[in-house]
Amino acid sequence: MTGAITALLFCQLLGEVLARMLHLPVPGPVIGMVLLFAFLLLRHRNGEPPPEQLERVSDALLGHLGLLFVPAGVGVVVLLHTLAENWLPLAVAVGAGTLLGIAFTGRLAQALLRRMS
Amino acid sequence: MTPDLSEIWVYLAREPLSALTVTLLAWLAALRLQRLLHRHPLANPVLLAVAIIAGGLLATGVDYRSYFQGAQFVHFLLGPATVALAVPLHRQWSNMRAAILPALIAIVLGGAFAGMAGVGLAMALGGTPEVLASLAPRSVTTPVAMSIAERLGGLPSLTAVVVLSSGVVGAAVGPLVLNWVRVTDWRARGLAMGTASHGIGTARALSVNVTAGVFSGLAMGFNAVATAIWLPLLWKLFQ
Repeated sequence: MTGAITALLFCQLLGEVLARMLHLPVPGPVIGMVLLFAFLLLRHRNGEPPPEQLERVSDALLGHLGLLFVPAGVGVVVLLHTLAENWLPLAVAVGAGTLLGIAFTGRLAQALLRRMS
Repeated sequence: MTPDLSEIWVYLAREPLSALTVTLLAWLAALRLQRLLHRHPLANPVLLAVAIIAGGLLATGVDYRSYFQGAQFVHFLLGPATVALAVPLHRQWSNMRAAILPALIAIVLGGAFAGMAGVGLAMALGGTPEVLASLAPRSVTTPVAMSIAERLGGLPSLTAVVVLSSGVVGAAVGPLVLNWVRVTDWRARGLAMGTASHGIGTARALSVNVTAGVFSGLAMGFNAVATAIWLPLLWKLFQ
């Protein structure tokens, strides 16, 4: 278990260091995710599963992913003013923007999948 | 209030222990509420828990900074959780190899469209630059979206709420929209849900069809990486 937690933290740390050293626009944890994914692909080809501990720790973290957003989400209490002033653009961007995005991506993906595979 | 009680209150409001306990209690209450509402797609536990705690802070007058001092221990885990997304992505890799190229193209273009549609609409309706920067990474999974928003000069807390709301809207109404525009391929349906409403959309896709769920997971992961690369670069160009 400790090994798996260390691996996750180490990948994140490496990602943060790389992002700063190379002035990358990508957030450190995302680079960490790419590093871990690349490592798993290289190390466990042929669909071999990754170490069981890593699977267990990752599933535990991702199984409670929602909880991890709560502290940041509560930050809206200091933004009530911004929310009240921008409620219309926010609501339209979230509502219409998301549904347009779904329709567009779905149509595009269906057309591409038919033509290319 | 007697002196004793106010002393206790000062302790509770200042120490991380109470904020942490409150966060977990609100989360458990939100999960129970979600079950009571028969897992309705709009009854999202994150939004419910945020509403419970935010209401509590406003009612008691505890300020957000002292709440976050305790809650940051939960918040910290977002980083390792983002790294952990590599594990399910790797698990699904062998199932998706054959369709990977069209899938990746659809994810990148779809993600760009979803992001720009949101920013464009908000801009037309007079959103402030801060609001636009917070909205831009809207369709990306929350931990990544928050760090992108920070780089663009947005408000990470606003991004968290906007991202979660987009996920809830997409999960609740997305399947209907896909029916209207006659997307019948489960892979394409999954890609659309994951690209525009990240993890919450993926959870919904997974509950309907396994193929859709797997492709939705791929879309969530790849859109996060792709957007983290192109959005800050594009944003700089338009500044």
